Amino acid sequence: MNNLIFLVPLLPLIGFLINGLGRKSLSKQVIAIIGSGSILGSFILSVLLFLQVKSTGTTIVANYFNFIEVGNLTIPFAFQIDQLSSLFLLIITGIGFLIHVYSASYMHDEENQHYGRYFAYLNLFVFSMLLLVMGANYVIMFIGWEGVGLCSYLLIGFWFKNDSYNYAAKKAFIMNRIGDLGFLLAVFYLINKLGTVTYVDVFANVSKLSSQDITIITALLFVGAMGKSAQLPLYTWLPDAMAGPTPVSALIHAATMVTAGIYMIARSNILYTMAPGTQGFIAVVGLVTALFAATIALKQNDIKKVLAYSTVSQLGYMFLGLGVGAYTGAVFHVMTHAFFKALLFLGAGSVIHAMHHEQDIRKMGGLKKFMPITNITFLLGCLAIAGVPPFSGFFSKDEILAAAFEKNPILYYLGVAGALMTTFYMFRLYAMTFLGKFRGTHDQEHHLHESPSAITFPLIVLAILATVGGFIGIPEVFARESHWLEHYLSPIFAGSTALVEAHAVNHSQELLMMGVVTALVLVTIVFAWNKFSKYEATATEETGLGKVLANKWYVDELYDAVIVNPLNAFSGFLKNVIEKSVIDGAVSGVGRLVNYSSRQLRLVQSGQVGGYILMMVLSMIVVILLWINDATIIRFISKIF
Amino acid sequence: MPIQYYIFLALALFTIGIVGVLTRRNAIIIFMCVELMLNATNLLLVAFSKMHHGLAYASDKASLVGIDGQLFVFFIMVVAAAEVSVGLAIIVMMYRNTHSVDINFLNRLKN
Amino acid sequence: MGIVQILFWFLTALALVSALMVLLSKNPVFSVLWLIAVFFAISGHYILLNAQFLAIVNMIVYAGAIMVLFLFVIMLMNLNKETEPQKNIWMKIAGAVSGGCLLMVLISLVKQANEMTGKTALMKDGNIGLIGNLGKALFSDFVVPFEISSVLFLSAMVGAVVIGKK
Repeated sequence: MNNLIFLVPLLPLIGFLINGLGRKSLSKQVIAIIGSGSILGSFILSVLLFLQVKSTGTTIVANYFNFIEVGNLTIPFAFQIDQLSSLFLLIITGIGFLIHVYSASYMHDEENQHYGRYFAYLNLFVFSMLLLVMGANYVIMFIGWEGVGLCSYLLIGFWFKNDSYNYAAKKAFIMNRIGDLGFLLAVFYLINKLGTVTYVDVFANVSKLSSQDITIITALLFVGAMGKSAQLPLYTWLPDAMAGPTPVSALIHAATMVTAGIYMIARSNILYTMAPGTQGFIAVVGLVTALFAATIALKQNDIKKVLAYSTVSQLGYMFLGLGVGAYTGAVFHVMTHAFFKALLFLGAGSVIHAMHHEQDIRKMGGLKKFMPITNITFLLGCLAIAGVPPFSGFFSKDEILAAAFEKNPILYYLGVAGALMTTFYMFRLYAMTFLGKFRGTHDQEHHLHESPSAITFPLIVLAILATVGGFIGIPEVFARESHWLEHYLSPIFAGSTALVEAHAVNHSQELLMMGVVTALVLVTIVFAWNKFSKYEATATEETGLGKVLANKWYVDELYDAVIVNPLNAFSGFLKNVIEKSVIDGAVSGVGRLVNYSSRQLRLVQSGQVGGYILMMVLSMIVVILLWINDATIIRFISKIF
Repeated sequence: MPIQYYIFLALALFTIGIVGVLTRRNAIIIFMCVELMLNATNLLLVAFSKMHHGLAYASDKASLVGIDGQLFVFFIMVVAAAEVSVGLAIIVMMYRNTHSVDINFLNRLKN
Repeated sequence: MGIVQILFWFLTALALVSALMVLLSKNPVFSVLWLIAVFFAISGHYILLNAQFLAIVNMIVYAGAIMVLFLFVIMLMNLNKETEPQKNIWMKIAGAVSGGCLLMVLISLVKQANEMTGKTALMKDGNIGLIGNLGKALFSDFVVPFEISSVLFLSAMVGAVVIGKK
């Protein structure tokens, strides 16, 4: 089994090469089979690896070759399979496979070569993410880290004929680059201080680092995570990433890309546990992002935008979990979030597909009777994200919030407020889309239909997972030794748990909190259901806070004003002033100088032999002067005068 | 006599020849100045030949060291005589065409 | 100061003055005559250096044949002071100054050349300048250049005739 590890990322890479190179000659069916099949192969291998890790509990490090060998620094190309990465492998390949199956149907209207290009990109995306997760050191992780950034650029700008999509793609890429710089600096810092980037060595030698070093490294790594996992202030690319095809959004939001930051911090948990300052910062950033994005989601009318902001918000929760030391909770939430967010996005894709690319929920409504399967699965997804027991979101979110309560009750209360907002906007979305009566055009209504089975199959699978996925992490309150995930991941976080003394909230208080939150969530659901199921389109403009929220707190405008416009002005200055007058001036000045001097020099060529001889004599003088050393001449001249 | 005196004399004659070439426009005068320069080098060659001969003469009275310098002078004279015959022929022809010996008429090199 | 030194300085002064007069004479005929004086002075130097053969050849070939040829051409063209073309004064100054600079530089070069100091030219002794020794060398070691120079003469003669006939 161990010698098959390299096949896990290799299969998607092969799929990428075949689909990418053969996109013009292969038929759509073959492309879809290759694209999905390679991921399925990886998934099967991942399951096998997972079962092996589960039964033996050992960490496998597979060394392949030396990637970089400079001086004392050796960076091997190695994969590490342990509890954490095997879990992520399952999420990535499993959900990735479902998304591939879904895409095969969803993208069927594309031209053949674009269809092939799409699957090639998807496979490359999965490959990069697998590399990121499986790498045994930070450099291999960085390769995958960059790879997912590249693939997100390619996929967001998939419909490259639309300019605004290209801008969205560029925005995603640039935002990610800012974060990547932080990551890269952290890697350099590690190399400088420890001379190694391999996880095992770094975590074993962590005591050699001063607390200041650890704070710097963790902060820089977190900057990377901010970009990749869309935290304040680098989150704006994620909502714009909606420009890509809907399955891509699902892939970015659920299985790959945004979870990279969580994975990286969970992987480096020992470093973070030893840097309480950074941890506090992460908790605050996570919580603020969660609330901030939730408020924006309240007023969005684009079905995908609402989901996008909910992703940012949920990622904020994960970072809150990481920040308060609930690493298991964060990873747990990554998993459950992957289930229900993939479900919601694919459901939204199904709706959009049926509505002929209409994404505005004000023009939907009453889809319940046209698309029963999508309706049920979407509802399950909403319940899961809202945290209604016993759906999966309840357990993971509760675990994070409980950990936050242990740290600081204020974090808890704000977190609960965010969770209620999440519930509200999700059910607003659900009610406006599926309930009430249809508000679109007559033509659209005529074409409404349930999506084909290639689309509904992933929905059903994900709905089951979103429903029951939480049972792998039932809190201690309900049954002793029932938290299977914590038990499974404990070797990864052993170093961190050893550093922090455990003080669990007593069970009665925890039960009380759960009950209250659940009750509040249910009340919110009923409220939103009632308010929006009879929604009618009104022409009133949003005012006050509502307008600010609908405009996303004007963050994009702020960035434009503070960063983009000054940069544009500066580059305009460089282009118009520096380039035109200084650089061009220098270049054409040289030309003009040569022109002028040659015109002057031309006069020397008078054709008069006397002039030529004079020149010859003068040159002889110069040559002799150059030949004999000048000190002698000076002495001679001073002797004469 | 010290060899440097001869060198200075030859240099002076040579430079006078150069100045003549530079300052005069009459082709014949310029030609004469060239001859003057040739003679300056001839003188120098003979002086050097005698210098080298003098070094060998001290030990061997019958030595012929330095004779090649004088033979060089001989050949220079040969070449100069040939040069003068052709050069004067050219000048005569030039005079026949332009009715002048002013070298400034010969500025066809310009174009 | 022996007779050799006196003669040396006298001939040097004569050569330099005559050479200058070649430049300064307005009339080309005078220039030719002054040049003949230069050649005589140089021949005198050859005699001082005991280069008898060269002294004679110099007088016969240069002062005799070549300069007569010059004189002949000048008189043929009827060149005199009035027809003498004059250069621009600035060109004259430039020529004189650059010539002076060249002389200065060359002298400085000779002055700093250490291998020239303290060496003398053998004046009246030595017999390499005698016609017998030169003749032997010319017809043994230098016979090939000598024969080639005769070809040169022939071609010069033909060339002069061809150019002159055009």
